[in-house]
Amino acid sequence: MSGAIAAEGIGQPVRRKEDFRFITGNGHYTDDIARARQTYAYFLRSPHAHARIKSIDTSAAEAAPGVVAVFTGKHVADDGLGGLICGWTVTSKDGTPMKAGAHPVLAFDTVRYVGDHVAMVVAETLADARAAAELIDVDYEALPAAVALSTCQDEKTAQVHTEAPRNTCFEWELGNKAETEAAFAKADRVVKLDLTNNRLIPNAMEPRAAIGEYDKGSGIYTLHTTSQNPHVARLVLSAFVGVAPEHKLRVVAPDVGGGFGSKIFIYAEETACVWAAAKVGRPIKWTGDRSEAFLSDAHGRDHLSHAELALDKDGKFLGLRVKTIANLGAYLSTFSASVPTYLYGTLLSGQYDFPAIYVEVDGVYTHTAPVDAYRGAGRPEATYLVERIVETAARETGIDPAELRRRNFVRTFPHQTPVIMNYDAGDYEASLDAALEAIDYKGFAARKSEAASRGKLRGIGFSSYIEACGLAPSAAVGSLGAGVGLWESAEVRVNPTGNIEVLTGSHSHGQGHETTFAQLVASRLGVPLDSVEIVHGDTDKVQFGMGTYGSRSGAVGMSAIVRALDKIETKAKKIAAHLMEAAVEDIVFENGTFTVQGTDKSLAWAELSLAAYTAHGFPSADIEPGLKEGAFYDPTNFTFPAGCHICEVEIDPDTGITRIVKFVAVDDFGTVINPMIVEGQVHGGIAQGIGQALLEHGVYDPDSGQLVTGSYMDYCMPRADDLPSFTLGFTKTVCPSNPLGMKGCGEAGAIASPPAIINAVTDALGIRDIEMPATPARVWEALQSAAPRAAAE
Amino acid sequence: MYQFNYERPKTLADAEALLGKADDPKILAGGQTLIPTLKQRLAMPSDVIDIGGIKELDFIRAEGDAVMIGAATRHATVATSPDVRKHNPALADLAGWIGDPAVRHMGTLGGSIANNDPAADYPAACLGLDAKIHTTKRLIEADEFFTGMFETALQDGEIIKEVTFPHPEKAAYMKFRNPASRYAMVGVFVSKGPWGVRVAVTGAGQNGVFRVAEMEEALAKSWSPDAVANIKVPAKGINSDLHGSAEYRAHLVTVMAKRAVAAAS
Repeated sequence: MSGAIAAEGIGQPVRRKEDFRFITGNGHYTDDIARARQTYAYFLRSPHAHARIKSIDTSAAEAAPGVVAVFTGKHVADDGLGGLICGWTVTSKDGTPMKAGAHPVLAFDTVRYVGDHVAMVVAETLADARAAAELIDVDYEALPAAVALSTCQDEKTAQVHTEAPRNTCFEWELGNKAETEAAFAKADRVVKLDLTNNRLIPNAMEPRAAIGEYDKGSGIYTLHTTSQNPHVARLVLSAFVGVAPEHKLRVVAPDVGGGFGSKIFIYAEETACVWAAAKVGRPIKWTGDRSEAFLSDAHGRDHLSHAELALDKDGKFLGLRVKTIANLGAYLSTFSASVPTYLYGTLLSGQYDFPAIYVEVDGVYTHTAPVDAYRGAGRPEATYLVERIVETAARETGIDPAELRRRNFVRTFPHQTPVIMNYDAGDYEASLDAALEAIDYKGFAARKSEAASRGKLRGIGFSSYIEACGLAPSAAVGSLGAGVGLWESAEVRVNPTGNIEVLTGSHSHGQGHETTFAQLVASRLGVPLDSVEIVHGDTDKVQFGMGTYGSRSGAVGMSAIVRALDKIETKAKKIAAHLMEAAVEDIVFENGTFTVQGTDKSLAWAELSLAAYTAHGFPSADIEPGLKEGAFYDPTNFTFPAGCHICEVEIDPDTGITRIVKFVAVDDFGTVINPMIVEGQVHGGIAQGIGQALLEHGVYDPDSGQLVTGSYMDYCMPRADDLPSFTLGFTKTVCPSNPLGMKGCGEAGAIASPPAIINAVTDALGIRDIEMPATPARVWEALQSAAPRAAAE
Repeated sequence: MYQFNYERPKTLADAEALLGKADDPKILAGGQTLIPTLKQRLAMPSDVIDIGGIKELDFIRAEGDAVMIGAATRHATVATSPDVRKHNPALADLAGWIGDPAVRHMGTLGGSIANNDPAADYPAACLGLDAKIHTTKRLIEADEFFTGMFETALQDGEIIKEVTFPHPEKAAYMKFRNPASRYAMVGVFVSKGPWGVRVAVTGAGQNGVFRVAEMEEALAKSWSPDAVANIKVPAKGINSDLHGSAEYRAHLVTVMAKRAVAAAS
């Protein structure tokens, strides 16, 4: 391989190809696109958490300057448009399916959260649309709301959907109850912990946006939108919502500025824009502002849990028992039922060899924004619970937290957990050891006493996490209730001049696919990186694909590219054999050159590419012209990234401010294509984890259901000065379940870090628990209530 | 935003005339509060009179034992002014710690104190330094100027021209920032000068900036952090919200006062 090409190959920290266009303002985001005769939509939203709509009078709005049309739930219903769906069905322990309430695109007779969609005004300008929306007269009958998670299942609490008594959508279970009970019966010690996993609001840098269009001549609808999975959006909009048949609907997700899960889902605004475009006969654009994003993007997390851990006298884990109440919000979002169930309960074994686990999850409705997948989706909640209770057990048993983990690690693979997952490879002790070394665990006691001499409280906390990503074997998810398969597709098109277009079903919205995918293709074909173009995000260009979420683009999306490249190589060798009059078995392909083994005959990649398309003298029965191959790759297992994060904090008892003074993350992601991008993913993930642990909290007023944290005045996003300098390390066990040995790195930081931080904070404070986010006020209050106790002891 | 008439007068006299003519005018200085308010359609003025083009309001002058700062002077200008740095470094520090660089390059002294946001920094400096506020109509003592949350002694049609900050012997400002907004959750300005000792608190009070007499008396006897360490501010009248209880904020007043005195020693 030539030096230049080797420097761009697998394992090299190649600079991101896409960044020049992004940082010079030359990206093409949905809001950058302007269509001829475009109109603008503005959504009138519910000011009430729960109200009956007695009447809506739109006449004044319709007569307002610049208004093209006003749509309400009645128009949607009259047109027979279907509601928004949840693509994953969860079954309750009594065998009944989850109780899904209707989710209309525009509210029909009831609004169920502040921000719910009441009407859409389409006008010549956004200002016209917004001004007209104020003229819509909605007669609401305000009703009591179910807001607090802790009381939403009470008989007396207001009902969100009549289909779901006690606001309970499902009562799900996983694991073996009898075996778990037996394990607890023989336990020497049981550790109990009540935990809250705080509600988060995603805040991707680019808000959601859409442009709906309808071409009367062809009958084709086009939707440009901020989607992580345009094909899935097209499927849902055609097969379930009924906007248009699939072949008459094109969905384009151009440059997308971050998603973190919130752009997986099919929302009301995008749907209404494409549906109404045919009604008004002009393109309709909607760009959400930040306030709308706070109100209506699907939120994340929001669990209340009770956990019990059974141990024997030596600190061996015997069983884990968990009861969780998971907030689903007012409506089921596209994948919301799967998040607190199959993406959560299946990870409760952590890195540990548990003989028995039993988990019950109640998925409940509240009059709040829908809750769905957010970076990590279920796995941060599971990891938080496991790593918090393990740390608590270490403190209660007096066993060093590293040692307690060591005693319980899974050490042989494959390992079948009691909760579905079959871990394929890992070395948990290796990452723990590396992290202990990196943080200088032995020196902690000295650092703690030095901090105490300055009046500061120093604490250390561990998180030995595992997650399941590379979503996912289609058969596995199908058996668990998914309405889709989770394979991925790829097509490799070699052009006559030898450069290459790769069409992937994955979608890049910040992950750097244009670079990493190109590194894979360039190194495999022996061509420069710049000869490879990654094409994604347009259902008219790319074959059906499943999109990007669940850290799946490397393990699944790139595996599909590998399979397509295998086919390319096979065909290219056949052509080379024909051109060089040799047997196929004698053709060697290396560094972009085909040679006949044992001879000086050779063909360069570009020569072969051109020959594939001139096709002069090809034996037509054996070799078709052209060089283009596709593949669909379905993984055989989830992938299991794992590692150890250790956090050290210093707390100022006067103010309650927690400063992270050291943060070590040692991760095992299997094969790494571009270490610079992987490090960036880890940094971003940890930043979001620090956000959850110390700063971020989506809060609704418990009585009115108003979103209290509806802007950056009150919702605290992490800033650079909230973050320490991270110390990263990597260990490597190759994933046996995909051809590249990759595991996925996109979510690990957000999954692993919160328990490490809270374990450190509680260690510093000498308390059992503190609710996330551990704000200065909460820390100070914990100190006030702890102080008299300490004095009494 | 709603429609309004926009005017950008060149002189103070023109601005006053425009204010007199309009039905429901608003003065636009740096716009760091007014513009977001307009964008969110929370205000519907008939006229917006932009005083950013009035050169006579943009100056910093050190004269005798005080620094005079024009009302339209940007925070960044105050923060980096050699005169302010030399005579009143605590004031320069406070200005340099307002918002973020974008805010500091647009926001103005006059706009800040006229708005009297209960979490703004400048009111603490004015009250803490016994500042004199000169308007188109009169001179107002800082003690008389801040009358309540978003309320001042300014009358309709009255425009702030400049603020006189006498040089302190010792002064410092310590701010505990709201983790989300980065506004002052509790900001304490302490000073010692010809006026005696002053302790002014912003961010915490339900009625905006206030002085803490007990701390002032203690510091007058002994200028040391220990003098205020055990003086507690009552939680009554202190803000309470999801970022912190009144008790917590009251406690922070003592902590920030102590640290401010230490920094000013």
